[in-house]
Amino acid sequence: MAALTEEQTMIQHQAESWVTKNASVQEFRDVRDGDSEVEFSPQIWNEMVSMGWAGIIIPEAYGGSDLGYLTFGLILEQTGRQLSASPLFASALVGASAILMGGSESQKKNLLAGIADGSEIVTLALEEGPRHAPKNIALTADSEAGVFTLNGSKTFVCEGMSATSYIVAARTHGKAGHTDGITLFVIPADAAGIKRTKLNTVDSRGYANIEFTQVKVTDDAVLGKVGEGYGLLESVLDRARAGIAAEMLGTGSQAFEMNLEYLKTRVQFGQVIGSFQALGHRAAGFYSQKELARSCVEAALQAIDASADNIDEMSSLSKCKVGEFLHGMSNELIQIHGGIGMTDEFNAGLYLKRARVLESSYGNQAYHRNRYAQIKGF
Amino acid sequence: MTDSKPKIDDFRLEVSTWLEENFPKSLNGKASELSLGKNVSGKLVEDSDTWRKNLAAQGWGTPTWPLEYGGAGLSQKHAQIINEEMDKRGAFNPIPMLAGMGVTMVGPTILEYGTEAQKRRHLPRMASGEIFWCLGYSEPGAGSDLASLATKAEDKGDHWLINGQKVWTSGADIAQWCGALVRTDPKAKKRSGISFVMFPMDQPGVRTRPVKLISGDSPFCEMFFDDAKAEKDELLGDLNDGWSLGKRLLQHERQSQTGEGGPATGGEFLGDIAKRYVGTNENGTLEDTDLRLRLANHLMDEKAHKLTIRRIMAEAKGNVEVTAVASILKNSATDVAQSRTELLMELMGSQGLGWEGNEYNQDELASVRMWLGVKAMSIYGGSYEVQKNIISKNILGLPETTQKG
Repeated sequence: MAALTEEQTMIQHQAESWVTKNASVQEFRDVRDGDSEVEFSPQIWNEMVSMGWAGIIIPEAYGGSDLGYLTFGLILEQTGRQLSASPLFASALVGASAILMGGSESQKKNLLAGIADGSEIVTLALEEGPRHAPKNIALTADSEAGVFTLNGSKTFVCEGMSATSYIVAARTHGKAGHTDGITLFVIPADAAGIKRTKLNTVDSRGYANIEFTQVKVTDDAVLGKVGEGYGLLESVLDRARAGIAAEMLGTGSQAFEMNLEYLKTRVQFGQVIGSFQALGHRAAGFYSQKELARSCVEAALQAIDASADNIDEMSSLSKCKVGEFLHGMSNELIQIHGGIGMTDEFNAGLYLKRARVLESSYGNQAYHRNRYAQIKGF
Repeated sequence: MTDSKPKIDDFRLEVSTWLEENFPKSLNGKASELSLGKNVSGKLVEDSDTWRKNLAAQGWGTPTWPLEYGGAGLSQKHAQIINEEMDKRGAFNPIPMLAGMGVTMVGPTILEYGTEAQKRRHLPRMASGEIFWCLGYSEPGAGSDLASLATKAEDKGDHWLINGQKVWTSGADIAQWCGALVRTDPKAKKRSGISFVMFPMDQPGVRTRPVKLISGDSPFCEMFFDDAKAEKDELLGDLNDGWSLGKRLLQHERQSQTGEGGPATGGEFLGDIAKRYVGTNENGTLEDTDLRLRLANHLMDEKAHKLTIRRIMAEAKGNVEVTAVASILKNSATDVAQSRTELLMELMGSQGLGWEGNEYNQDELASVRMWLGVKAMSIYGGSYEVQKNIISKNILGLPETTQKG
């Protein structure tokens, strides 16, 4: 753990005890087994908001506490540990980052306070295909007399069913694959011409496909500059990547601890299985991966807080390294638990399923290896 | 850290001024040449000896050691500033290297366990870089299972009589002093009858023979003891308590091996070397896409390793303590160094396969030797597998197996 301030340590402890008690895996399991259209418990979300978690990166002038991304990461690590479902990450980190970095004064006023008090859920509608590809924007936004008309579709939109507004990456000129000509818009979820469809993903969390048919907005919906949204989009994505990496670190760390606990208690051949060197060495390997990944995640969040000039490099590093750890760890969790790990009743499967969704979000390990090489100039 | 910022700034200025006046310009950036003893002669030898003496007089070869033993009595923070200021101007501290295993391992252990007389006798001449120390640990029959060592030291009243053999002793052929783990109670359980004893190498009972390695180098020796002698008061720590002291000493070794420097880093950026040998396509990316991604992955692993060292330092507030996380560093440093040298060799293709000759340039030849050399990293100082045992038992609390067969 990075050297934390007193306030950060306090928030971390509060988050750990609250999440373990009030937003545990069992709570998530209850939502999964229920039939709500929204895949989180509104009560849990309201309590998170009342603790101020939705305003962590939002300046005080807009109703937040301005405590920064590392602090936010400490909370996400805890929600990641318990697979706590809520729009916290999608709205209070990704949505808020977009408005903070690209928003006009009036957009900030209109939306940030709402995100902080939970009345607004703002989420990023980006992907159009099955693989993370921020340049491949084909959804069109044609302008005429100060009115933009949007046509196209978005997929795998995080918290797409509960969102009150979308940040939509659209193409105002050029063609899919070009960085030039991408524009970000903030559009109310209930605008005419928007149709959302719930996705039943393997992790039972809230994702949606969104169709835009003749959706009309005026130019006050533009976030940042027309046609020059790609740089802003990448900056938002880098914050999303570092933030989700913190959540993944929590998910993987919890899996590591469940695994270790089982190694110490499961008896076969007359002794606990953790005494076998083959398994002990594997646990030691995962411990190393976990700690190396933690260093990357914390450094990425610190780089964002410090407005460092290598945020892109650090966010790819953290997403990739923690992705590798979580991928292997979630498989190990099943393998070590044997038959019990294969049952739906046991939690290991929930961690495995969530792991792959997290890995695939905002670029998987392979995506970030490639991006790292690009950033490094080879 | 209680030092105020102005005080720290003052100290930095003091160091910078002193270096400006005392560091010979002729030695600028010559650290590795001098350490290899290559192309060094005449004026350079003279300058480097003057530099050593001046640095030792300041106590800055071992800045954190107490003043009375040749150090400067400074904090880790101050020592770091000295390092940083030296780096800035291509200066370097030659003393740890000139003292062999003295400054990095035996010295800190003497500071912790030694008698006052031992400290006064040994530390100042380590701190001045005058005495080169070697360390007698491994034996032909005691590698990873070090506690099964058989070299014995018998109490002969006024001295210890030493008989046996050591291997993999770094620099034994040039060392003036040796610290060795020896068996002092053959009847005790194997970890209980071991002591740490110190003796001069220049005596009839000690013979050394360099061992030629796969890299062509001979950094290690065999050491034979045939009625070698150690003074009675040269036992470090308590009689038969050498095992715990010896393990503590290895922690100093691991710390000195896992820093940001070492064979894992430095030199021209790997991505640029790769572009030169492999070539690029129209997008400016490497032609070999598989190699490209493995290279990226390696660079990320290297970065993760460095960030972890930095995190441990920050968490320990500048004190390089042996934390739980620190236990992973030896293996991660090994992974980084070995994957780097493998990649370097691979991307150089057939030019990375030369042993000697003018058909290969210096970097190519060096990379081959380095590739072979760092294979030792996963063997010495507690092998890769022993490190994993340490993590699984000491950090994760997994028990030892009782399964037979």
